[in-house]
Amino acid sequence: MIFLTIGTQEPFDRLVKAVDDWAAAHDVPVFGQLGALKPESHRPAHFAWEQFISADVYQEKLQACRLLVAHAGMGSIISALTWGKPVLIMPRRASLGEHRNEHQLATAEKFRHRPGVHVAWEAADVGGMIDRLLQADTAAAQGGLSPEASPELIAALRGFIQAR
Amino acid sequence: MVGAEHRTDPPARDQRLKVLAMSSTGGHWVQLLRLAPAWDGCDVTYATATGDFRERVAELAVRRGQPAPGYAVFTDANRWQKAKLVRQLLEVALILLKVRPDVIITTGASAGYFAIRLGKLMGARCCWLDSIANAEELSLSGRKAGPHADLFLTQWPELARPEGPHFRGAVL
Repeated sequence: MIFLTIGTQEPFDRLVKAVDDWAAAHDVPVFGQLGALKPESHRPAHFAWEQFISADVYQEKLQACRLLVAHAGMGSIISALTWGKPVLIMPRRASLGEHRNEHQLATAEKFRHRPGVHVAWEAADVGGMIDRLLQADTAAAQGGLSPEASPELIAALRGFIQAR
Repeated sequence: MVGAEHRTDPPARDQRLKVLAMSSTGGHWVQLLRLAPAWDGCDVTYATATGDFRERVAELAVRRGQPAPGYAVFTDANRWQKAKLVRQLLEVALILLKVRPDVIITTGASAGYFAIRLGKLMGARCCWLDSIANAEELSLSGRKAGPHADLFLTQWPELARPEGPHFRGAVL
């Protein structure tokens, strides 16, 4: 199963359409969490989707998937790394009205070298990259990330909290 | 679980510091939870924009041998939703009056900004940790809240400045 998640705040038609096109031609189940759709937003015809799902369902889909496809949001990236799932991210662009600023481009640039993180810069790249990632079956390749922040950051915050 | 070996046993309730850990949902929340070991031994209340994570933070506390955390919910809003922002501001104020935190830790966004501005008025010590998503420039709310925070952190060394934000590591 491929789990598509694009956050809850804004639609992301370029990515959703790209995955819909891919799903039309493939026999692999896809589940999408599409967030707050607008009346004119693309509604996928070739896979099951919801706008919003509970934290428990999100967790279930994440654990069950072979590949996470997501916008370049930190929630999606950290979740994938924590659960050892390969993730294909496509950054939202503020210039196309997909976000409030261009920080997802910066996020994608910073995280593209992390093992398990793959970046589709354009919608046209998405289908081919899904094919390649499924063939490589990298799902089992990644070890899970520690569930905690760096020891340095934890210590800094701990010191701050305890400094009466 | 990682961390189980070096956890801190909680002191008696009246000696524990009250920590308010708050953020919006999504990436900010995922990052906030990764900081949890920092408030072991404290009386923590989590505040976010959904009731969805109540059980998760209760389980996290059990795993870490910590007392049951408090949990508060505020209205989700972004900077374009003025009416919701006003409502969120009032809800954050009520949460602060109820919790009376000694320390506020937030990863953003608007609710964290409100918490820091109001928290400072109530004498709380406040930390803003800017999201790791902001790799090239600070978030708007971080730029606004940071100067009011007692500890103003970025997760990217190249964004650190002598007057803040400072770099003290990252959530991953």
